[in-house]
Amino acid sequence: MSTLTFERFSYTYAGADTPSLREVSLHVDAGEFVVLAGLSASGKSTLLRAASGLVPHFHGGVAAGRVLVGGLDTREHGPGDLAAVAGTLLQDPETQVVMTTVRAELAFPLENRGLAPAAVARGVEEVALALGIAELLERSTHELSGGELQRVALGAALAGRPPLVLLDEPTSQLDPVAGDELVWLLRRLNEEWGTAVVLAEHRLERCLGHADRVVVLEDGAVACDAPPRAMLEWAAERAPALQTPSARLFVRAGLRPLPAGVKEARATLRSHGLARDPVAIAESIPPPAAAPRRRPWASRAGGVAAIRARGIWQEPAGTRAILRGVDLTLVPGERVALMGRNGAGKSTLLRHLSGLQRPTRGRVEAAGRVALLLQNPGDYLIHERVGDEATPAALDLVGLTELADRHPRDLSGGERQRLALAIVMDAGEPAVALLLDEPTRGMDRAAKGELADRLDVLAAGGTAVLVATHDAEFAAAVADRVILLADGHAIADAPAPEILSGGWHFATETARVLGGDGQALTPEQGGALLRSRMTIEVHP
Amino acid sequence: MIYRRRASALHVARAGIAAAYGMALVLLALCFTNPLALGAIAVAAGAAAVLAGVGSDLARAARFAVPLAILVALVNALVVREGLTVVVRVGEVPPFGQIDITLEAAVYGLLLGLRVLVIVLCAALLTATVDPDEVLRGMRRVSLRSALTASLATRMVPVLARDARRMEQARRCRPDVDLRTRSTQLAVVRAVTTGALERAVDVAATLELRGYAIARRPPRGGGAPFSRHDLSVGCAALGLLALGAWGLAAGVARVDPYPRLALGTGSREIVLAVLIVVVALVPFLSRRGVQRA
Repeated sequence: MSTLTFERFSYTYAGADTPSLREVSLHVDAGEFVVLAGLSASGKSTLLRAASGLVPHFHGGVAAGRVLVGGLDTREHGPGDLAAVAGTLLQDPETQVVMTTVRAELAFPLENRGLAPAAVARGVEEVALALGIAELLERSTHELSGGELQRVALGAALAGRPPLVLLDEPTSQLDPVAGDELVWLLRRLNEEWGTAVVLAEHRLERCLGHADRVVVLEDGAVACDAPPRAMLEWAAERAPALQTPSARLFVRAGLRPLPAGVKEARATLRSHGLARDPVAIAESIPPPAAAPRRRPWASRAGGVAAIRARGIWQEPAGTRAILRGVDLTLVPGERVALMGRNGAGKSTLLRHLSGLQRPTRGRVEAAGRVALLLQNPGDYLIHERVGDEATPAALDLVGLTELADRHPRDLSGGERQRLALAIVMDAGEPAVALLLDEPTRGMDRAAKGELADRLDVLAAGGTAVLVATHDAEFAAAVADRVILLADGHAIADAPAPEILSGGWHFATETARVLGGDGQALTPEQGGALLRSRMTIEVHP
Repeated sequence: MIYRRRASALHVARAGIAAAYGMALVLLALCFTNPLALGAIAVAAGAAAVLAGVGSDLARAARFAVPLAILVALVNALVVREGLTVVVRVGEVPPFGQIDITLEAAVYGLLLGLRVLVIVLCAALLTATVDPDEVLRGMRRVSLRSALTASLATRMVPVLARDARRMEQARRCRPDVDLRTRSTQLAVVRAVTTGALERAVDVAATLELRGYAIARRPPRGGGAPFSRHDLSVGCAALGLLALGAWGLAAGVARVDPYPRLALGTGSREIVLAVLIVVVALVPFLSRRGVQRA
């Protein structure tokens, strides 16, 4: 039985020249877990908004074809009616919660349906227990973390126990741990309560293992609709940017079948005799170097440092210290990733290094101007035209010259990020260091690759690059050196392969598949390693 | 300032009744300019806030209100030309003409400033102790659209405050921006406004998805019976209103500032002040059931 049906549905936003969805035909059966994939602006969000009734009832525009949600035609039923059959969760947790307490938030959709207080109370209790947020019920929504807010918003979407849940990149604003927890929660909903799930997600490696089907959108049309392994085969041929790191690893190594997750990948390696003994691998990997308590005042390379920070403390009044005597030296052209869990002090350290904040103790010295790119690139945009935001030379540096006449708010997420980069780098005095705070949030893999290339160019020109990130794949792509922060301390400071190949959390997918074998971090390195093993086996 | 549920009689009482209590204090402050009465209301609001666990919220509100109160006092002293006791002759100040500061205008200005401060304190107590979600539920029975607007506004305040902090930091990271130029300031205001509108659209979309537009009226009746705290807080609110009515009707705590200052500071004013404090704090005598909140 179909829970969601698109029949030759096309849609153009009001004022837009080109359609965002073109002749989309799609069926989602009851209890199915469907992942929506595609690059930015491929139509994923619009498709989900059409399924929730926001398109066209909230956004206007021109629609053709038909969408049926739980048997209700979206031409006749708006988002309020459809909420009973389809819960919807959008990207930003902060605008997904409208009441001041968690209990009121969960009760809100039930009250809107006119349910009696007893039925509302029962509904709240049921959904809070099902999603594991019962302990949050009396908390104020203002106090919740992003991950907690998103779970509460999911609870509000599911409060009426709809048979279908639609999710538009719900993990894009969350740290990896909170993102993984949310995806596991969706799997539980799907398996235990039979809720059909349609999930749009950039980080496919996070959810392919749970999916029954993957639907790929390209330019608003369905380009592929297949089970995960078949979709990965398709992506290997047609859309390399949609491949997961494990799939890219296997393609590089010439192995088949392509794996939907780490577990499948390991099983395939074992069946090919390519998996090494974990104990032997662990013994061969040197332990990560601890950060010295006091780093020498001179830089590692012995040359002139771009930034030197010595003994930085940040001790807000009345609360625990955020930074506890951090020492850090960056040399020109060095590329460093700063990693650590939420609240470890990464963002605060970047603010101190850029001069945006002053430490309560310690000292920061820079050899020149330090550019800081904060998390939300939209915050930098104040003009009506891209060309007014930065000089032509700066736009050229980030490849946005052709978009100079566009409105900054019409740019995609990746393009906004590049424009913000142009803005912070655009000054008479070149920056000796560029600091970036979580620059890949919400970015697709192609945009991440472009950003990594830009950073390579800047580093080659002598700019020191420091990236605070949760994204181990990105850290492996851009950094020579990784610093791990925990509770305001630098607990490890070592070359990237040492840090990112030996752990569980701070490790790339390739490293997790290979168990740290050969300290391979990227699919390219891992593929080369596996091919060399296979060659040795065939020609001993 | 954000509402957080705490273990106090005011937080346990239903929102409509707690709001009536806060409103009664505000009305009382609007009724009187007598320093004894205003002092009593300030003491009552402060003590109620401490007993309700929101004393720090009131202290924060006071820090914002004191400059405003001082401004009111200064303006009254400088602008009002009534009163017979001239204490300072400023002289001719174009375009205002001759300015003389009188004792009456200066003292009455101080009293008006005190009243502003007390009103802000009472409003802060109301904000910190009344559950806005419950108020919205109540409002929905009366007007869906008003409740929608209030709901959007309630949610948007903290969201926009966070956005503003982030945007301000981003501006400081722009090497090219000179915030002193008018064109840049205008561009920033425009960007902030656009951002706020985008946020409002996102929140409005969420409200649509939660079924706000089709909101059906909840069935009436069947609610929980009035608790002891509902009764005590409600009675205190009525008592405060009755004291205000008595004071106005009997001319207690009158202030006649001009031409010569006449302040009521007799036994009737002292009784009124004591009664205001006692009546306002009666609901906090019993904590039975409060801990379960």
